[in-house]
Amino acid sequence: MATQAERRPHRPIHPLQAFLTAGALPLFVGGLLSDLAYSSNYQIQWINFAAWLIAGAMVFTGFALLGALIGLVRARPRRGWPLLSFLLLLVVFVLGLINSFVHARDAFGTMPQGLILSVIVTVLAIAIVWIGFSSLRVGATK
Amino acid sequence: MNRTVLLSAAAAAALLTACGSDPAPEQYGANPNLPEQERGLVPSMKIADPAPWGDQRPVVPQGYTITAIATGLGIPRQTLVLANGDILVAEGRGGGAPPLRPKDLIAGVIKAKGTTSVKSGNRLTLLRDANGDGVYEGRTVFAENLNAPYGLALVNGQLYVANQDALVRFAYADGQTRASGPPVKVTDLPSQINHHWTKSLAASPDGRFLYVGIGSNSNITERGMAAEVDRAMIWQIDAATGAHRPFATGIRNPTALAIQPGTGRLWAVVNERDELGPNLVPDYLTSVRDGGFYGWPFSYWGQHVDTRAQPQDAAKVASAIRPDYSLGPHVAALGVAFSSPVMGARFADGVFVGEHGSWNRSKPSGYKVVFVPFRGGRPAGQPIDFVTGFRGSDGKTRGRPVGVTVDPRGALIVADDLSNTIWRIAPPRQAPVAEAPSRAGAPVPEGDHPSATPY
Repeated sequence: MATQAERRPHRPIHPLQAFLTAGALPLFVGGLLSDLAYSSNYQIQWINFAAWLIAGAMVFTGFALLGALIGLVRARPRRGWPLLSFLLLLVVFVLGLINSFVHARDAFGTMPQGLILSVIVTVLAIAIVWIGFSSLRVGATK
Repeated sequence: MNRTVLLSAAAAAALLTACGSDPAPEQYGANPNLPEQERGLVPSMKIADPAPWGDQRPVVPQGYTITAIATGLGIPRQTLVLANGDILVAEGRGGGAPPLRPKDLIAGVIKAKGTTSVKSGNRLTLLRDANGDGVYEGRTVFAENLNAPYGLALVNGQLYVANQDALVRFAYADGQTRASGPPVKVTDLPSQINHHWTKSLAASPDGRFLYVGIGSNSNITERGMAAEVDRAMIWQIDAATGAHRPFATGIRNPTALAIQPGTGRLWAVVNERDELGPNLVPDYLTSVRDGGFYGWPFSYWGQHVDTRAQPQDAAKVASAIRPDYSLGPHVAALGVAFSSPVMGARFADGVFVGEHGSWNRSKPSGYKVVFVPFRGGRPAGQPIDFVTGFRGSDGKTRGRPVGVTVDPRGALIVADDLSNTIWRIAPPRQAPVAEAPSRAGAPVPEGDHPSATPY
């Protein structure tokens, strides 16, 4: 995708979309760290933290997904970053939702699936921010 | 066996209900069939869809009659038949544990749809049938401003009431319709968080000890082990001093206690853990062994390990006692009472169990009063439906049984906390027995039924 961006520079990421996308990331990271803490020391408060952090991340992800959908509908042509960001956010949203349900289980019933899903969604959230914010640089050096 | 056709209720929960099948193997008795644990993403749910009784009535065995002897109560839970035939009703709603996770917020809203919305009574109401005709024309408030009273017991002239935070007592004289003063505290009971708030109660026949059932503070330790200190156990309390010791532990939610006539042994009905699938874990009826450990949270039904409780404790698992009798999963047994021959030959030897009914399986279980027959002082045979029809064939729920009490005059008293009603189920009139009009002439059941304390 980066090659495409260089070949035909597109509009930089919208500030609101940047806010939503970047907002989800630290919450997913926090959820992952809390999952790691709970799975190693069984202190129940960590899994409560994880559940709330992931729920918060899902609010950001949900609105970011909506923004990406609007961006995709308005994009000409409908490929490149608008399509990629929408698909990535859709995957994060679906996996994040499953992760929220896993985190609704009681005590260690959340493990190990909760930790595995947290790793996956966190990596994907990093990828979205990385790729999305690369467009800012492309736009600035235009 | 199930005369009630259990149809699906159109509840908001329908959206969340997994389409999983609940094959519902018959899981009754000493050796229930325990399937594999299931952990779906969203547990199957079917929340009761309340409707008024109208002209309908619960269904009772042929020849038996059922009447509503009191309505419009403030959430009746447990009842106690006093020596003169008066009935005390404990009314209230306790709990109110704060939501801890996003799930608690959502589940709280959904589950509230299946229960009554009336205000908590926080009182004891006394019902009186002065002439023994089965119509309770007298109704007074015996005591008020209690804190979610639940368990009741009368022994040695003392009326004990288990509030959600303390065991209290009133002096009681025969015929009294109102407490002569505020209660005296016997001892505080564990009440922090109070996830399972009901405090069940039974008195030893000699009145020396009181047994209080204290439910766990979580489903399966999701509030942390620190919240479970002094929870999921039955306390034995010295009536004279208020001192207590754990009598039995690992007993997740002992919602009703009863002393077996004759043997003096303590029995309990216990609600087991959720979210292991629609067919796990069976709620149970058991005699309670002094010093016994019943598995929670580490294992269920003996040595079936529950890995949700971490860190595990292998020694505890090894020591876990298998309960005596499975009542089936998620039936939510909330009442137990030993029967006597006044209930008719078929129901003379055994216990009645009030089953509030499930919320977390797609095919509802419970929502009835069953009779577990005994032989030689032990449960023997399949449970028999005694009162059904709380869930109608239209899928509506009109009542949910809680406490059950045998009236030595010949009736079963059932508290219904959805329609806020007290039901009285009377056996067919035995022709040869002359019905005594006076209360003093009430037939006395065989064995020394402790003075009107089936609990």
